[in-house]
Amino acid sequence: MQNAETLDATFAALADPTRRAILARLATGEASVSELAEPFDMSQPAISKHLKVLERAGLISIGQDAQRRPRKLEITPLEEAVDWIERYREIWAANYERLDALLEELQAAPARRKRKKE
Amino acid sequence: MPKPIEVTLPSDREVRVVRSFNAPRQLVWDAHTKPALIQKWMLGPPGWSMPVCEMDVREGGAYRWRWRSDEDGKEFGFFGEFKHVNAPAKLVHAEHYDPADVGGAMDASEPAIITSEFVEANGVTTLTVTMMFASKEIRNGAVSTGMTDGMEMGYARLDEMFKGEAA
Repeated sequence: MQNAETLDATFAALADPTRRAILARLATGEASVSELAEPFDMSQPAISKHLKVLERAGLISIGQDAQRRPRKLEITPLEEAVDWIERYREIWAANYERLDALLEELQAAPARRKRKKE
Repeated sequence: MPKPIEVTLPSDREVRVVRSFNAPRQLVWDAHTKPALIQKWMLGPPGWSMPVCEMDVREGGAYRWRWRSDEDGKEFGFFGEFKHVNAPAKLVHAEHYDPADVGGAMDASEPAIITSEFVEANGVTTLTVTMMFASKEIRNGAVSTGMTDGMEMGYARLDEMFKGEAA
């Protein structure tokens, strides 16, 4: 299991819409800082700040090309975070589905008029 | 069709879960306060059972929950007391994590405050559970160990990211 600090960095990085948009852009392929700055109507220093947060969280890295220094998506921390969330979400989804069934059963039990809704 | 769970992070220290049920509020309340009913659904991941569920539902009353793994018999749980009881609308309890033999370090000195609100409209009851942790660190500690508190972490945000912005 991933430790809480790493998860925290990952989620803090994901908490910002610009950073999520950057990740979405990088999901389509690597891009230089100026390419990333373009669609956001933001200065390069402002974008660089966001990139640093993403880098610290391990969500992106700097590619081979020394000239362009393209950023690319590092999928692992994201996958770990999503896996982890998904596991807990499943637990509660399953709990609540059992509760749905129980509530239905309880409502059917006393010979009452049916009030089921689909 | 199962309904989606809505999970948000209202603040650094909080997690909020919203889910609705096709049942009157009193029943949903009962299912959250009567041990015999709770033990039928709050079972956690496959392969776990809930052998202990003690509830003294009144202000100052105590509760204790334990889950056990079928596979190796290991247990963990939560315990605490009810701070506010207004049946069938609102329940507030203070919660401590009990690592038992599953482990997981967590500062037990400061409990999480769990507020459950039940609102009925047109025969549908909406449950809103808000968990307030003593600090962000404890929240994050809780989510990496405890089962019940783990559902957080801004699904809404991730959903946005994966659906909206990727489009």
